[in-house]
Amino acid sequence: MAVVPGQAIAQEEQELLSLLGREETTEYAAASFKTNRVINLHSLESTTAGVLDVKISHRFGYLNGGIYDLFGLDESSVRLGADYGVSDRLTIGVGRSSYEKTYDGFIKYKLLRQSTGLKNMPVSMAILGTAAITTLKWADPNRDNLFSSRVAYTTQLIIGRKFSNGFSLQFSPSWVHRNLVATSAEKNDVIALGFAGRIKLNKRLSFNAEYIYVLPDQLAEQYTNSLSIGFDIETGGHVFQLHFTNSTSMIEKGFITETLGEWGKGEIHFGFNISRVFTVVKPKS
Amino acid sequence: MEHRIIRQGMWRCFLTTLFFTAGVVGLFGQKYYSKVGQVVFTSDASLEKIEGKNTNGLVVLDAATGRLECSVLIKGFQFEKALMQDHFNENYMESHKFPKGVFKGTITNMQDIHLKKDGTYTVVVKGDLTLHGVTKPFSPTGKVIVKGGKITASSSFEIMVSDFNIEIPKIVRDNIADKVKVTIQADLLVMEQ
Repeated sequence: MAVVPGQAIAQEEQELLSLLGREETTEYAAASFKTNRVINLHSLESTTAGVLDVKISHRFGYLNGGIYDLFGLDESSVRLGADYGVSDRLTIGVGRSSYEKTYDGFIKYKLLRQSTGLKNMPVSMAILGTAAITTLKWADPNRDNLFSSRVAYTTQLIIGRKFSNGFSLQFSPSWVHRNLVATSAEKNDVIALGFAGRIKLNKRLSFNAEYIYVLPDQLAEQYTNSLSIGFDIETGGHVFQLHFTNSTSMIEKGFITETLGEWGKGEIHFGFNISRVFTVVKPKS
Repeated sequence: MEHRIIRQGMWRCFLTTLFFTAGVVGLFGQKYYSKVGQVVFTSDASLEKIEGKNTNGLVVLDAATGRLECSVLIKGFQFEKALMQDHFNENYMESHKFPKGVFKGTITNMQDIHLKKDGTYTVVVKGDLTLHGVTKPFSPTGKVIVKGGKITASSSFEIMVSDFNIEIPKIVRDNIADKVKVTIQADLLVMEQ
């Protein structure tokens, strides 16, 4: 019987919770970026099911306009948009840009979700399809103008990883198809590689950057690669994205194939995206 | 030869003691558990009411000693708005650093609680609560209801957010209460030994 107290103490020291065994669960990486856009590029993130994300975005004029243009603030290009999470994987969205009076729509589907635990997946991956329709008056109304000439499409894969709580990177190979191009020097199909990342500076502030490399010999000489840097500032239900970019357009076919600004010459726009989310359909509990 | 017999005898004695002990522990040391404990917390501030719910709380109770351990995954809390869940994990609980909330303690009045007899018992618990990497002594009261062999344990208490080093910025003071209410409920099952 002398053994009993010893046994009881051993029992006492054992962690009770460990008796339940280790139940393996799958943990998905969340919030690799603060919103579903890095700056211009779509990020790895989707809009959550039942959530409406209203976006108001501006790009002011070039900084090199100097004090005369109040460093570009005299001009502005606007996009109004709304994205909706049909499910946690499927996001749809529409928008209208003042740049070339363009209407756009997109469908984005999350193919892979980065996770650890029961299911191990090192990366997240999404596929994006967008269409853009310019509605500027025809340059020459007497010509035989086709509606299809106004339309451009983009298909993009977004592959990335949240490496740590503060650091995420993504790679966005893109294919832009334009039904009509201005000159024969330009290709209707343009292939580009987008790179983007973010570093969290504190809980509510992050630094973002993106660069889009257009493979050579596809665009006319004056066009440049899009480079943008900026900050995401998050308050309750809003995310404010403030940035500097050489692209005027805020949609894929525009910032990938029609960027004109050169950073070296100060042809840089200051701009912002404001994102406000509304829960339209509450999750069932 | 003689040596071996003595050794065998010692073994037998040891094994008998072991089995006897195991028997005693088995009889009185019944353990109960739940893997689907419900944890709800409510922050009721002047501008906004926020409620998070987790239905995968772990509970283990050792009826012999009254020892009680509970654990809940912070990422498992579900909210009405997805953004609340993001902020809860990223900005307040920092669940990537502190994935669990854990309570370890003892029911001090275990002798008054008869888990095999119908009744409603008030439970006094004393132990430590660990949240957001901070461990604090914690002594809530709870209730155990035994009815027709079914055991339901519940508790309700308030937590000062600042006690656990959870910062609430001034700008959201009217949206997030500095004191949150927590209610816990679990149906306890007999653990197969």
